[in-house]
Amino acid sequence: MFNSVFKISTTLALIASATMFSTFAIASGDVAKERQTLMKNVGAATGAGAAMVKGEVEFNAVAAQLVLRTMNNGGLGFGYMFPEGSETGSETEAAPAIWSDRAGFDAAVNKFVAETSATVTDLDGFKAAFGVATANCGACHKAYRVKKN
Amino acid sequence: MIKKLSIVALLFAVIGSAVFWVLTLPNNMQPNELAAFPDGDADAGETMFWAGGCASCHAAKGATGDAKLVLSGGVELKTPFGTFYAPNLSQDQQNGIGGWSLGQFANAMKRGVSPQGEHYYPAFPYTSYTRMTDKDVADLYAYIKTLPKDATSSKPHEIGFPFNIRRGLGLWKKLYLDSAPVIAVEDGNAQLVRGRYLVEGPAHCGACHTPRNLIGGPDIKKWLAGGPAAEGTGSIPNITAHASGLGGWSAEEIADSLKTGFTPEFDSFGSSMADVQENMAKLSDEDRAAIAVYLKTIPAVESSVKN
Repeated sequence: MFNSVFKISTTLALIASATMFSTFAIASGDVAKERQTLMKNVGAATGAGAAMVKGEVEFNAVAAQLVLRTMNNGGLGFGYMFPEGSETGSETEAAPAIWSDRAGFDAAVNKFVAETSATVTDLDGFKAAFGVATANCGACHKAYRVKKN
Repeated sequence: MIKKLSIVALLFAVIGSAVFWVLTLPNNMQPNELAAFPDGDADAGETMFWAGGCASCHAAKGATGDAKLVLSGGVELKTPFGTFYAPNLSQDQQNGIGGWSLGQFANAMKRGVSPQGEHYYPAFPYTSYTRMTDKDVADLYAYIKTLPKDATSSKPHEIGFPFNIRRGLGLWKKLYLDSAPVIAVEDGNAQLVRGRYLVEGPAHCGACHTPRNLIGGPDIKKWLAGGPAAEGTGSIPNITAHASGLGGWSAEEIADSLKTGFTPEFDSFGSSMADVQENMAKLSDEDRAAIAVYLKTIPAVESSVKN
């Protein structure tokens, strides 16, 4: 009897803690992991844009606009995805400077957002806009990304 | 008896000091070697300036564009031995190297010796620069002569005992200062030889990408295989062709990443490599291709850290 009560309560406790854990996971998410995915999405868009710029795939204005919009979407997300408390975990490469120099980081994000807002209609226009947009990648990573641990 | 012993002890101390003194003498170039240096060409020297990454340490931290040409110094390198501050290399007579002769510059670059005859710490990568040709050193000197003056005074390094005794570096150099190539390659393959020259010489890739032992010497068996970062936290990627390194990258992709700053997956370089890539982007396509071919040729070594 005691044994089965113990089992039930243990099970309930486990379920409760699992629920709490998943509630926590949904509420705050693994933001470090999510921003890595967002970065990868931006990277995929960059890859598609680069292929068009290099002539590996044919220029298409709709696709080119989608490339810039995806980058822009990423930029809009970055402003929210480095909250206090997400400095570590998930093998983050986010530099401490993001939190110690928030104004500088926000300015870099805003610059990226602004410079991915162009409307493109032809290949030359896209080449110019894409060049300006992608210059942000290295510039921001130089200051706000650290070597992996 | 005691007097005798103390005389013997004193004698040993004197002999020991004398041996240390001789072993640690700065190994300057001879006047006839320096006389044989060719005249420098500033335009050609600009390539060496970017290949050598001079501005990455000797321009002010975070400098971009033309500010990279102001070699005021100041970048700090935190290492297990202490903190090194890159000195002012501008043309200022007082605080920079404006008063240096070509011979003094060459002794610094190829022998790691200051005009005052002191050993430099190998945070200044003369163990790589020693492989540079006299012509490239002379060209670089000519180019640096064209750069602006800046009056910022250099900060002294903060190094703990026993590494604060510069003289001891003479012994270290006996072990690790060697102008011979690290990796043997076919002499007939001009592209490979050029790639080796750039990587092992001016570009000093091994200074970060090759792990170091307890006294800061390179672990040649793990040449360019990455490891824990010598400065600060984190680790340095393996850039050999092992699967844990650049094995999945083609030579074209390596060369392209040095030009654009993007990996084949369109991740972008970060941290200090973002700055190195900006330097590499200033080289010719041929030089970047040569670097890539060399990296694909050297022994593929497994990473000791996660890439």
